[in-house]
Amino acid sequence: MNLPGQIFVMDQQVVCPGDLLAEGDFEIPWSPYIYKESNRYYASVVGVVDVKNGTFTVIPLKGSKYWPRVGDTVLGMVEEIELYGWTVDIRAPYPAYLPASSLLNRPITAGEDLRRYLDVGDYIVAKVEVFDRTTNPILAVRGSDTGKVTDGTVVSISPSKASRLIGRNRSLLNTLVSMTGCHLMVYPNGMIHMRCPSSAQEEAIKGAISLIEIEQESRISDLTEKVRRFIASKLGETNASSSAEA
Amino acid sequence: MLAAQQRPRLIDERGLRTDGRRPDELRPIRIELGVLKNADGSAIFEMGNTKVIAAVYGPKEMHPRHMALPDRTVLRVRYHMTPFSTDERKNPAPSRREIELSKVIREALESAILTELFPRATIDVFMEVLQADAGTRLVSLMAASMALADAGIPMRDLIAGVAVGKADGVLVLDLNEAEDMWGEADMPIAMMPSLNKVVLFQLNGTMTPEELRQALELAKKGIAEIYQLEKKAIKEKFVEVS
Repeated sequence: MNLPGQIFVMDQQVVCPGDLLAEGDFEIPWSPYIYKESNRYYASVVGVVDVKNGTFTVIPLKGSKYWPRVGDTVLGMVEEIELYGWTVDIRAPYPAYLPASSLLNRPITAGEDLRRYLDVGDYIVAKVEVFDRTTNPILAVRGSDTGKVTDGTVVSISPSKASRLIGRNRSLLNTLVSMTGCHLMVYPNGMIHMRCPSSAQEEAIKGAISLIEIEQESRISDLTEKVRRFIASKLGETNASSSAEA
Repeated sequence: MLAAQQRPRLIDERGLRTDGRRPDELRPIRIELGVLKNADGSAIFEMGNTKVIAAVYGPKEMHPRHMALPDRTVLRVRYHMTPFSTDERKNPAPSRREIELSKVIREALESAILTELFPRATIDVFMEVLQADAGTRLVSLMAASMALADAGIPMRDLIAGVAVGKADGVLVLDLNEAEDMWGEADMPIAMMPSLNKVVLFQLNGTMTPEELRQALELAKKGIAEIYQLEKKAIKEKFVEVS
């Protein structure tokens, strides 16, 4: 294959800011985690390189902030009630705004008490509708999988580890769901919504999440197996399999 | 004549320094990341007896709003020496020197961080000198750089820095307290090593042009060594177990 340059890193290699990744002229999508100077590409964060088909990306291993992407479905907490909407914390560097007309599906009359629909501290699932360098993210409630969170428990993990919690081809997430019988949703901003049959399962999942949160563990390739053993020890094999049927 | 009596010999007859190091030898370095729970990123950086802890918060929304910049992140940097960091109690109020060093460190960090990625936001960087023994500005800068890496904030490169000085006419790497106080020159340099760019360069005292050139080479050698230690400190947290 004729490469547009030379790649100096191996697949799955851990890199630091300033590590030279490649030299040449690659057609790679823009990423905040890669810094290009003349024809040299450097990593800008601590991360893992993913080399595939002559291109490369850096997946960050650190980071407590979520970088909003238009189209992402995120779970946030209402921080403030404004005249025509809510300010929502989606764990991004910027506060997100949810217009009340989007949630209620009708125009808002001035002076309406929005607290009746969403109060400070409530959780809301919404899509990122608009976001760029000049505007703060604007959320929208569209589709059946969005709206106010009315039941279950919300927990969080660093946004940089959310994809790790899902695992390759959802393997880790599927393991957690089938072993505990909980309904689990993981959002790209690191928020997790779960509905469990009982508190024992809930505690087991929380334990598994903190297991994943410990960074060293995230690099272990058989994390799924480790989490499986952890859940089994918490719930016992019989309990785990019976609740999976429920 | 009195001053000459008080001033210790900085280089002994074997060519070794007051702490037994060779002129081109660094002090022992220890780096630890993620030492604080509440901060987004944190690090402790020790170089000999100099110890600095750094904490990073952000990027986050800027308050007050009118201070935010439309095209890049505002860095707010505080370098501070704890009252117990020196042999005589230091007044904890920020001194002229600390305000100046905060500015110098902020400018060094601004050239490393990709500030244009987070317009309208702010990043707070705090550095507390726990123990001062020469070279606190560079150790603080490196601690901040490690804390930023720990926070996952995109940077062009890690920052490594070292001071080169002149003691009894000999160029020495990584000054200690005695050499800082009694030496003829003190030149702190910080770089982004893989980009080969200088982010901080100061000089106190006098050097000939030839000495300056040699000092720069000596500093580069020290910086390369420190840079490897910094990378090692970051990477050893992510050992691959398969």
